[in-house]
Amino acid sequence: MSPDKMVHMANQIATFFKSQPGDDKAEKVANHLTDFWEPRMRDQLQDYVAHGGEGLDQDVLEAVRLIS
Amino acid sequence: MKDFIIPDDRDMGTPATKGAPVTLSIDGFDVTVPEGTSVMRAAAEAGIQVPKLCATDSLEAFGSCRLCVVEIEGRRGTPASCTTPVTPGMVVRTQSDKVRKIRNGVMELYISDHPLDCLTCAANGDCELQDMAGMVGLRDVRYTAPEAGTLANHFEARNTSGESNPEWLPKDDSNPYFTYDPSKCIVCSRCVRACEEVQGTFALTIEGRGFDSRVRAGTPADDFLTSDCVSCGACVQACPTATLQEKSVIEMGTPNRSVVTTCAYCGVGCSFKAELNGDQLVRMVPYKHGKANRGHSCVKGRFAYGYANHKDRILNPMIRDSIDEPWREVGWDEALSFAADRMRGLQDRYGQKSIGVITSSRCTNEETFLVQKLARAVFRNNNTDTCARVCHSPTGYGLGQTYGTSAGTQDFDSVQYADVVIVIGANPTDGHPVFASRLKKRLREGAKLIVIDPRRIDLVKSAHIAASHHLPLRPGTNVAVVSALAHVIVTEGLFDEAYIRERCDWEEFQEYAAFISDARHSPEATEMLTGVPSEELRKAARLYATGGNGAIYYGLGVTEHSQGSTTVMGIANLAMLTGNVGHEGAGVNPLRGQNNVQGSCDMGSFPHELPGYRHVKLPEVRKIFEDAWGVEIDPEPGLRIPNMLDAAVDGSFKGLYCQGEDILQSDPDTKHVAAGLAAMECVIVHDLFLNETANYAHVFLPGSTFLEKDGTFTNAERRINRVRKVMAPKNGYGDWEVTQLLANAMGAGWNYTHPAQIMEEIAATTPSFANVDYALLEEKGSVQWPCNEANPEGTPMMHVDGFVRGKGRFMITEYVPTDEKTGPRFPLLLTTGRILSQYNVGAQTRRTENVVWHEQDLLEIHPHDAETRGVKDGDWVKLASRSGETALRATLTDRVSPGVVYTTFHHPDTQANVITTDYSDWATNCPEYKVTAVQISPSNGPTDWQEDYAEQAARSRRILPAAE
Repeated sequence: MSPDKMVHMANQIATFFKSQPGDDKAEKVANHLTDFWEPRMRDQLQDYVAHGGEGLDQDVLEAVRLIS
Repeated sequence: MKDFIIPDDRDMGTPATKGAPVTLSIDGFDVTVPEGTSVMRAAAEAGIQVPKLCATDSLEAFGSCRLCVVEIEGRRGTPASCTTPVTPGMVVRTQSDKVRKIRNGVMELYISDHPLDCLTCAANGDCELQDMAGMVGLRDVRYTAPEAGTLANHFEARNTSGESNPEWLPKDDSNPYFTYDPSKCIVCSRCVRACEEVQGTFALTIEGRGFDSRVRAGTPADDFLTSDCVSCGACVQACPTATLQEKSVIEMGTPNRSVVTTCAYCGVGCSFKAELNGDQLVRMVPYKHGKANRGHSCVKGRFAYGYANHKDRILNPMIRDSIDEPWREVGWDEALSFAADRMRGLQDRYGQKSIGVITSSRCTNEETFLVQKLARAVFRNNNTDTCARVCHSPTGYGLGQTYGTSAGTQDFDSVQYADVVIVIGANPTDGHPVFASRLKKRLREGAKLIVIDPRRIDLVKSAHIAASHHLPLRPGTNVAVVSALAHVIVTEGLFDEAYIRERCDWEEFQEYAAFISDARHSPEATEMLTGVPSEELRKAARLYATGGNGAIYYGLGVTEHSQGSTTVMGIANLAMLTGNVGHEGAGVNPLRGQNNVQGSCDMGSFPHELPGYRHVKLPEVRKIFEDAWGVEIDPEPGLRIPNMLDAAVDGSFKGLYCQGEDILQSDPDTKHVAAGLAAMECVIVHDLFLNETANYAHVFLPGSTFLEKDGTFTNAERRINRVRKVMAPKNGYGDWEVTQLLANAMGAGWNYTHPAQIMEEIAATTPSFANVDYALLEEKGSVQWPCNEANPEGTPMMHVDGFVRGKGRFMITEYVPTDEKTGPRFPLLLTTGRILSQYNVGAQTRRTENVVWHEQDLLEIHPHDAETRGVKDGDWVKLASRSGETALRATLTDRVSPGVVYTTFHHPDTQANVITTDYSDWATNCPEYKVTAVQISPSNGPTDWQEDYAEQAARSRRILPAAE
């Protein structure tokens, strides 16, 4: 998947959970990613984060740290 | 083959009623019936048929033919039994010299103006006039036409002198499926009443008076085809003579056997009687005991089955090494071992997760179950998905989060108790026509309607119905509108506090109430964004909250957005706020697209869920299937359809088995889909036709139609309906058998001999299906899941005593504008949909006479937008987005607002999906079909892309002559 598309999709998820109550937004993003993203998509995301993670929402960056 | 024994199918004369029991005597027998029942129906209940012509139990009594007269003790004269309600102690005589004489006289008059060509008439043996003439004992007709002068009848074209008879009218055979022969009409008005009461279109009327009375479709300038007639067949069904007659019966004769089965078009899931001679299907007749359709049908299910015998249907397996080559017809063994070797080879070279499946929402539950089992137990991965990905996956997520189950809450019968109905992002008169007829009936009885849709759909205003409020929102602003409705309900104190306290999480509600009360959600604040006048929105919110039973019906206009899942949650919030879940006439009702999209989701087609919506990460769930199948199940979610295509382009996904689905035409961003398919090394298409996806396939396995196999479909009400094999599969195998052959070629060792055994496996592994088996379905006709120990006869309504998840959960629904924005290059918004006569990608309906109503996709554009671009009605226009461009003809209409254009995706030569983008719902990846920024410009004809596409498709469909 193109990095732009991946960043867009991941940020969409973060945007939703940002609107939800609670202090565990990154955890919710992480759960969503592990529940619905196939491992090679998560690997690509992790790899992207390892290379700087440009354009990703802070909650996505945090979520990727949680699932690593 | 064992035909289903059809239960009591007699015409009871007038509709059933509900009421306190009333006992009366008919011909000396005591009969007890509900109050309000007609004497005619009471007699029928006692097994006594009163002669009748204008009465039929699908229509209210009319009392015009006077054939059903009876004698009632203490009453003067001879009342019509159809219009006379029963009273306690009434004593009725259905036979006496007096009534016999009256009936004979009535019948003699009818027959005096009716041709006596019974032996060559298409309705011979299936004619109520014939039956009644026999029943009343008519032996002589004393009235004949005068020898000279004008013929006083309607059925002879010329008199004996050869002069033409001005009373005679020729047959109208403009409709492709039935004829109207005025010479056989007895003016009983059943057709007119069926069009009004059952279908709700009001296309027919009786013109003239007395002897001049005629059935008329539309205006005097119209025939059946040009009138408002939607060809639902209700009039043909109601006609007691050959006046309105199926052309197939005229051609083939009256059928002599029938099998009850389920329509394979939309998610309404209508029951039909397939009526046959031998294995020749003569006609499909809606089944009056069908609980989804209650005896009604639409043009697709009733008439559009001709694709089953279309010359394009492929009946032999075919293979090829590369997609540049022509197809080579081979035997089943060769095709299956070719496919199996390739798929196993791909796994050897590229890994276990390099191949996957797409299950079909057009196939049966049993077939879908096997396809996902093939992925999980034979491929040993979770790469399985289904077209629900691109339609109702947000419903699964949204309702799952709020209520604890993705299930629609009601059955279709519930609409008859609704007081206020919200239709949002759905166009039922086109997409779910039989449900629409039931809804319209309720609206004519006085229920109120709110339509939330960018287009002025037919429900907004049509014959005898009008929406109280139409909120014509800008595409992409659903969440803002739904939240504004909730804002009004909360801030004006219209919510049902007692209900919320009892059934929902009160703390979550308070958090939600604080969120939604913020002024940024008010209709006034969002009006600029949504285009919906705030005062109208406020009125709509008040009506829904205070108008009695409030029901919400929604479709893909809700789900197919970047915020599809959020809108579903917003809708769930609205219903909880107003206490509208858990009782009749209310609820949240997703209108599912395809016939078995509900079932395909239930059967574990999604890559993260095993059958029964249980996540693959749960070890206790995996264990059930691991024990049943003797394999280890991958605990990680697999690829969804868009992810499969992305992975294919990236080179890690190489093989696909695609059953009964045409992703190249139906999925968004055609170029990306084509690139993904082209990158795969083995694409197996299992279908009736060489569909668009097959242009990129290496193996073609011929499929069977719904008429050629046993199984079950589950409709939008969660109703599990039987599909029954009425003829042998022309391709040799039912689709479940083909999947089994493929699995076995890959070493599976399956040995199902009947779909009933597959259902046993489903019931044994899936709690919501625990009590479902074919014997129960034979007995009950259908059941709605959950059907288990707690609900042994199924569950017509969900969440009756509380939500499935425990407490209903209010979700925060913040509006986030889609990133698909209009701008100088693409200033208009395209939204897509479908129309009545065509179905989905059109593979079936395009191969029927339905094309007379829709032979090409048209672009609806507002006259203002057309004028500024120099576009006139019927012109070719180029439609371009950042994804691609195509050309089609424009139609100017103010059904769409300025700034919005609309088209359908039924025709591959238009390929509306070359325009749609890869944006998708945040939670489920459901594509954003409903919002694409586009530009329109005048054009001379098809674009280069369309011409290249057509050429590639033609090249790809070449088939080598079979080797001798």
